Amino acid sequence: MSASSVKRGLSFYLLAAFFTLFVVFLYGPMLIIFILSFQGPTGGLTFPMRGASLHWFSDLFSSSRYGDVAGGFRRSAGLGLMSMSITAVCCLFAGLAFRSKFWGSGALFYLCIVSLVVPGILLGLGISQFFQILGFRLQWWLSGLGAHLSWTLPFGLLIMFAVLNRYDSAWDEAARDAGASPRQILGWVTIPILFPGLIAVALFGFTLSYDELPRSILTVGGKNTLPIEISNMTTNVTTPALYAIGTVTSLVSFAAIALAFGLIAIVQKRRARAL
Amino acid sequence: MSGGRLAPYAQAAPLAFIMFTMVGIPLITVLVISFWDSDGITLYPAFRWENYTEILSRGLVYNLFLKTFTYAAITLAATILIGFTCSYFLVFHVRSLKWKIALLLLCTVPFWTSNVIRMVSWIPFLGREGLFNSTLIRMGVIDAPLDILLYSDFAVILTYVHLFTLFMLVPIFNSMAKINPNLIEAARDAGAGSWVILRDIIIPLSRTGIALGSIFVLTLVMGDFFVVRVMSGGQSASVVSAMKNEIDQLYYPQASALAILLVVVVLMIVAAILRVVDIRSELAK
Repeated sequence: MSASSVKRGLSFYLLAAFFTLFVVFLYGPMLIIFILSFQGPTGGLTFPMRGASLHWFSDLFSSSRYGDVAGGFRRSAGLGLMSMSITAVCCLFAGLAFRSKFWGSGALFYLCIVSLVVPGILLGLGISQFFQILGFRLQWWLSGLGAHLSWTLPFGLLIMFAVLNRYDSAWDEAARDAGASPRQILGWVTIPILFPGLIAVALFGFTLSYDELPRSILTVGGKNTLPIEISNMTTNVTTPALYAIGTVTSLVSFAAIALAFGLIAIVQKRRARAL
Repeated sequence: MSGGRLAPYAQAAPLAFIMFTMVGIPLITVLVISFWDSDGITLYPAFRWENYTEILSRGLVYNLFLKTFTYAAITLAATILIGFTCSYFLVFHVRSLKWKIALLLLCTVPFWTSNVIRMVSWIPFLGREGLFNSTLIRMGVIDAPLDILLYSDFAVILTYVHLFTLFMLVPIFNSMAKINPNLIEAARDAGAGSWVILRDIIIPLSRTGIALGSIFVLTLVMGDFFVVRVMSGGQSASVVSAMKNEIDQLYYPQASALAILLVVVVLMIVAAILRVVDIRSELAK
């Protein structure tokens, strides 16, 4: 470190202030609706708080005027878990495949990029019309799941590339030289080493699917996912129940994030101890 | 992995199958339908250019594209400014690696939560009786609440910046973190000031990140219909929100033609960015 960077100058504090403002900008509005979701029964959509209660949370799940919130929640959680598992498995193997050039690898990569780039609603339209032409009914667990995978798989693949960047194929070769079969290499060398990265892929798979809106709208058929229920609420609902569902769904996301980071931290700690 | 030359095909097959059935074929379906005929109830297979010529002959579509480009350009400028400044702070001013990662993750966490909720969360802040207006009135800065804060273009762009800055921040952070500190050290020893280092070293070497982030932000803004619809209070429309209206009225061929036009424009912009910066080879570094 040079002498000039030892003492922190004015620019550090200015940049730190800017960064802090950005973090407030990111979290401030969310914090406001978390607080407002605990409005008293007579409270409205904005401050002041008229008492504090859990009224809007119970209203959310007991009243029928908010649509099928509980059903939407169940379906979104189910879709999230399915997308998570499929994304983790497909992207692990596809990532391994992409280490060598194979026929069509370029086309497959560009198909993934195209899926990220095109408007989600357009892809939803394509999937729903494709199903319609084939004479299949739209189901959240089939066409809906496919639409979600078109969003989670490309993300998972890109993260897998980053994870595999730091993976040395010599580890595989060493295991092979020691007499391990391909399956043993995968189970005892590759997957354990890549495990933290796989957790990251799984986190993306779950949260991106759980919160997905544009690709879902036209593909889930008659039964809505939670983001669709919430998006309907944004135009119909004028009570703090809208914020209550925001608090609930954010808690689910935070729990998923905490679980993923917790798992990664445990793995890293074990590794550090093993060294 | 051993298993011979066929192993990559077996490994990539599940991904390839899903991407082909859920992205490849649906996109072709939209392309095909864009030439079909419809009376608002049933679709009739055909090969006609009328859907396209009709769109292009209406003046409305140019306004839609202009509006979409305006949103995209302003959002892009704001996210580059914020993303670059925050990355610069994290990479060059935060010294311990632990803090760098922790602060970057702090910026990343909202990305894993619901976009719809993050958008909704601006409503109690910006509304007529919202926090911002009531604070300004209490402070005596304004007499009457400002109406342009919510349900306006301002609200739309603010929401975009709020939702998408992360897509700019992370790629720029990545490119900046790869800059060799010795390079900066050498420049400083040669007498270069912070501004010169920023202009001649850091900005040029961050261009991959800026390009990648720009692709993300541009495509996200240009593909959005929901934020425009809700945050403008239905007063503004973008290309995709107009397309969504046609879908709601079951004019699928017209909607498809509009979508194809947009995708062509978006892909042209992405190709232009890729011409300037070779992202694929730089990512491999």
